[in-house]
Amino acid sequence: MPRTSPPQRAWPAEGNARVPYWVYQDEEIYAREQALIFRGATWSFVGLDAELPAPGDFKTTFVGDMPVVVARDGGGTLRCFENRCAHRGALICMQARGRAEKEFACVYHNWTYDLAGNLTGVAFRRGIKGQGGMPADAKPERHGPRQLRVEVFCGLVFVTLSAETPSVADTLGPEVAARVRRVMKAPVRVLGGYSQVFPNNWKLYLDNVKDSYHASLLHLFFTKFRINRLEMKGGVIMGAGGGSHVSFNMMRSDPGAGEYERAGMRTAGGDYRLEAPELLDSVDEFGDGVTLQILAAFPNFVLQQIQNSLAVRQILPKGVGRTELVWTAFGFAGDDGAMAERRIRQANLIGPAGFISMEDGAATAFVQRGVQAASDRASFVEMGGRDVASSESRVTETSVRGLWQAYRRHMGL
Amino acid sequence: MDAEAELRLRLRVEDLSARYVHCIDDDRLEEWPELFVERGRYRVTTAENHERGLPLPIVYADSRAMLRDRVAALRQANIYEPQRYRHLVSSLIVDRVDANTAEAVSNFHVVRVMQTGESMLFATGRYLDRVRLDGGRALFEERVVVLDSRAIDTLLAIPL
Repeated sequence: MPRTSPPQRAWPAEGNARVPYWVYQDEEIYAREQALIFRGATWSFVGLDAELPAPGDFKTTFVGDMPVVVARDGGGTLRCFENRCAHRGALICMQARGRAEKEFACVYHNWTYDLAGNLTGVAFRRGIKGQGGMPADAKPERHGPRQLRVEVFCGLVFVTLSAETPSVADTLGPEVAARVRRVMKAPVRVLGGYSQVFPNNWKLYLDNVKDSYHASLLHLFFTKFRINRLEMKGGVIMGAGGGSHVSFNMMRSDPGAGEYERAGMRTAGGDYRLEAPELLDSVDEFGDGVTLQILAAFPNFVLQQIQNSLAVRQILPKGVGRTELVWTAFGFAGDDGAMAERRIRQANLIGPAGFISMEDGAATAFVQRGVQAASDRASFVEMGGRDVASSESRVTETSVRGLWQAYRRHMGL
Repeated sequence: MDAEAELRLRLRVEDLSARYVHCIDDDRLEEWPELFVERGRYRVTTAENHERGLPLPIVYADSRAMLRDRVAALRQANIYEPQRYRHLVSSLIVDRVDANTAEAVSNFHVVRVMQTGESMLFATGRYLDRVRLDGGRALFEERVVVLDSRAIDTLLAIPL
């Protein structure tokens, strides 16, 4: 048997401009990410405040691999706790969402919990007729599910296990936080959701979201139908520590021809026009001319404005080579009929069948497959330089480097 | 309605259903919009959204023009790994609404076949149809595709 040397898990000397492919493949790295990132000092996005409007409303979701319950208690405060019974570790709640009266009961042995995840009852604790039951000095409460800190920022619900995680606003940094406030300007109405499952590592999706360089090259819909311009106004805003970023632009229709070809894009040939251009009939609802804003926060949150299509995306790792992306689209409670219809029409732009998003699943999976035999190699991320800084151009990988800067800090790599 | 008229109605709606899946599975997508009336509606959603009364679609069109734009985008703009579908559709329940309209319900399985040879059960669900009968051939006024699962593997390019 030929001996293979143990894998080297040192980051390349070039720093954030290289991403070693073992980060997408290694089971030990995955386990460390769960401990140091998802159960560490980061905020995990778990949903919209508007999903759980009334006391007792709950949903089940995940913080990394950890199943959690998010519930609104009797006083109206959102709570989050590990979905794991104190007794034998079974799921306490198995429904995706619902409304609980006052408590949750584990189906296995009927141990009960209040809406904050505190153990409130142990079935047959004193036994029956003096027989059985627990010792008088047993302290099952000490084995309760972990309770997470909850912060609602602009209607977005974030949770963390760590007492050290700074506030959500501080984690994002003032410029990115302002861009969250820009979108989350009014009470939200949930339009619905779905999931997209990617056959690749979770970081490949986050990396894709942070890659403003790929947008006009991979997603050809706008250019093919001559809807945007390469040099349209926009940029990238880097948040605190590199973990969060905003990429934005201001689109307008493109009367000219030839500029895409000159820039080396493969897309522009032919004169294609939408037969139903009302798809993109948009309103400048934020009053600043920004038609596209993609905002991502390490490790699992994306907020998207594409024209009048608004959505949050929650990235859930499902093992080294599998990722679930949970999309929730929303509008505002005050939307009129025309805006409600516009948002439905523009839902065609996003999600697994989105005109400008369907390629992301293919591209990230192509990387997972492409690097299968290259764990000792690294990707080359030097577009826009080698540093992590805001940029007036979207033809940059600065926010990709920002992601890896944040990742390495949490992972000690 | 006499038995013969009922049979004729069923045959017309079943013919539409069959033509629909064959034009998709045979990659004749350009014919797909022609199975709808001019202002026909096509919507793909999940059972979860459908049951909760949430309007978010995965795919939405309310005209043949929008359907043709979807096909044009798939042919000219969108990038996805070569793949084909194989639909299996259950027998239909067909109910006449009025002289020119029927409603139909059927179940489907779609197997997705990649160039690598990998086949997977890609989608299951129901078709909820409203069918116009006044022309020569039955056409969809509306086809709502209700997916049983809330999760789509990788991407949904070709219509279901």
